[in-house]
Amino acid sequence: MSKRVLAVDDSKTMRDMVAFTLKREGFDVVEAEDGMAALEKCGDGPFDLVISDVNMPRMDGITLVGNLRQKPEFRATPILILTTEADQEKKAAGKAAGATGWIVKPFDPAQLVDVVRRVCR
Amino acid sequence: MNELDQFRQTFFEECEELLQRFEAVATTLSASEHDVEGLNDIFRTVHSIKAGAGAFKFSRLVTYSHEFENVMDLLRSGKRTMQPDDPDIIVQAGDILADLVAAARSGVEATAGLEDEMLTTLRGMLGHSVDAAVSVAPVAKAVGGDFAVRFRPHAAMYASANEPQLLIAALRSIGELSIKADLSGLPPLARMEPAGSYLAWTLTLRGAKSEAAIREVFEFVEDDCDLDITRIEPEQPAVGQAATPVAMVTEPSDPAASAATGQAVRTSSIRVDLDRVDRLVDMVGELVIAQAMALESLSEFIDIRHVRQLQALEDLTLRTRHLQEGVMAVRMQPVKALFSRFPRVVRDLSKTLGKSVRLELEGEATEVDKTIIEELSDPLTHMIRNCMDHGLETPDERATAGKAEQGVVKLSAEHRNGRILIRVSDDGRGLNPEKVLKKAVEKGLVEDGAELSKEEIEALIFMPGFSTASVISDVSGRGVGMDVVRRNIQKLGGRVTLDSTQGKGSTFTLALPLTLAVLDGMLVDVAGERYVVPLSAIIETVCPEPKQLRAMPDGGTILSIRGETMRLVDLCESLNLDRAGRPEPLRKLVVIVETEFGRHIGLIVDELLGQQQVVIKSLEANYRPIVGVAGTAILGDGRVRLILDIDGLAASSSRQRGPQDASGSPGGNARASIETRTALGGQSA
Repeated sequence: MSKRVLAVDDSKTMRDMVAFTLKREGFDVVEAEDGMAALEKCGDGPFDLVISDVNMPRMDGITLVGNLRQKPEFRATPILILTTEADQEKKAAGKAAGATGWIVKPFDPAQLVDVVRRVCR
Repeated sequence: MNELDQFRQTFFEECEELLQRFEAVATTLSASEHDVEGLNDIFRTVHSIKAGAGAFKFSRLVTYSHEFENVMDLLRSGKRTMQPDDPDIIVQAGDILADLVAAARSGVEATAGLEDEMLTTLRGMLGHSVDAAVSVAPVAKAVGGDFAVRFRPHAAMYASANEPQLLIAALRSIGELSIKADLSGLPPLARMEPAGSYLAWTLTLRGAKSEAAIREVFEFVEDDCDLDITRIEPEQPAVGQAATPVAMVTEPSDPAASAATGQAVRTSSIRVDLDRVDRLVDMVGELVIAQAMALESLSEFIDIRHVRQLQALEDLTLRTRHLQEGVMAVRMQPVKALFSRFPRVVRDLSKTLGKSVRLELEGEATEVDKTIIEELSDPLTHMIRNCMDHGLETPDERATAGKAEQGVVKLSAEHRNGRILIRVSDDGRGLNPEKVLKKAVEKGLVEDGAELSKEEIEALIFMPGFSTASVISDVSGRGVGMDVVRRNIQKLGGRVTLDSTQGKGSTFTLALPLTLAVLDGMLVDVAGERYVVPLSAIIETVCPEPKQLRAMPDGGTILSIRGETMRLVDLCESLNLDRAGRPEPLRKLVVIVETEFGRHIGLIVDELLGQQQVVIKSLEANYRPIVGVAGTAILGDGRVRLILDIDGLAASSSRQRGPQDASGSPGGNARASIETRTALGGQSA
């Protein structure tokens, strides 16, 4: 059975690239364009992984992580946030909200796969 | 080729949308209010562009958007308060951002130094010294060797869904790994908390790449565990070397949890290559022709007795029509995308001109063919500039005239009679008819002493080489504009007219077809030739009594009907057709049509042959432009017919008799073109 990832980003380019990379890794990809949309798609799970951008309209990624961690079905799901180079504040805020780890932009498929292997069975 | 290159197209399309949004939001920013939503919006836009640019390695774009993003971050978080100049800087910085995106898209390096000045400004806003070099963090020296790693997770690590076994597994890719689990912290089962952390590990890595590589594995959990990494010197016996791993990390089988897979990903829209849509439009166009042909040939055999066949044919006609409408709708877009650039134009221009101007937008949801939208940008920009430069008065003049100091420019769109009407209006000084006429006489466009109607005077400003502004300004140019605007609009099958009231303001009206592909037409016969008259232009058809007709001194004929008088255009004469032995019809049949100027004229024809939907094929693209002919159409019988251009006919007929004949006699051209008709016999064109 293939694994399932929820990819959350307001940028279609970014979603496309994440989807492309993870499909090759055997994931089914469900896309959402912001935190609010992601919450609405929670029911499409269960998910083995969530990857979310931070800056998004309606609901940002940090808030999304906090919300997901409140849900029993997401308590043990790895959640990665996509953040820029050295934004320590965002990383810390993400961690505080319950993010498992982060992926540093610019997007690099090899890095994504590497990180996903570290957090996702 | 980079495997991500396939997403470039998506990226640039996205950039286009983002930049449009940027513009819409940026122009509303003001220094006086802290518009968090707007600033956030712009921050995200720049951020998204930077992120994509990074993935595709557009380094100049990355560097630039990085600084820009940082500035927006300061502003949105309130760490920097908006300064009076900031909104302008943001708008300008957005321009440069758009330029850099365009350069990346075209693959041509942007002008050297294009962004330098703005970068200096942005860095200044960040409080950096201007020539601050980008500091590079010292990279830890990659020294390999053997390492001992003591790792004790805290409960918080599990709470963020980090798995020790995955981290440990990741270490395997760094070097030869042996694992010793420390189970000493395990409490009796009864006292075990589900979310507690009781295990620790001692890991030995031989031949590891570097300490940094190990640290990277623990990057996410550094703060949520005790981590101690020490280099094992060669003479030192390795920790845990002798010990057999007590607890082996086993790979659990895939949890049966992910049960509900296989559900389709839902998306609300898709991007389709325009070429594909156009192919579809073309194919449906051919289908319409084929369907019309089938109907025409079958009508010979089918009569009232064949109810079922008739019904089936009707059904086919209806569904073809629906299909066509559906396909056309794919190409339709709201004019919002077009309108959204104008707040910016107005804002910039009002500064240049020193006039306070408010732009009102209306009917942004009105949909029109994408090609038309694209082609309208320049003409509309020109008209808006014209309104602001020539139409609107200076604040002082307005005050004197008892008007509000702030001028209003209104841009609106609506559907009417199967066309789209776009209006650009201002509440400025309006056209001064005497001044316009005087100017036209000076320029030799009109003979001295000629009496022109209000509409005719207004139409003068669309003549080549006409400009009423006594001082030529940079803004709306040297008066080369309006005739070019008119030509561009005409190319789209549309008209532009001006309606002006002195002292009250002016309104430009653009009337455009909704689509460039199909037209509802009335087929008419003139001296044995068939022509298509656009149905949307037809008001009514009459057979006038002789007493309703009156000959004019200039040789023309006037028709009076219900108190209205209109000039008749004898198509046979206008199109220079040869009646050669064909009898003159006993009574004139007149099709009354409306020009875009709102004027009515009557077209004299021999016979009405019925309505038909026709697929428009450009005459210019296949032959050359002809006055009085708007395009060609392929009919149900497979023949090519000419679509009449009402306004061209009206203009040329009045010009022939008027004081000025600017473009020579059009009639001969139309005649010549008739020879171009071809019997296609069902072949697709």
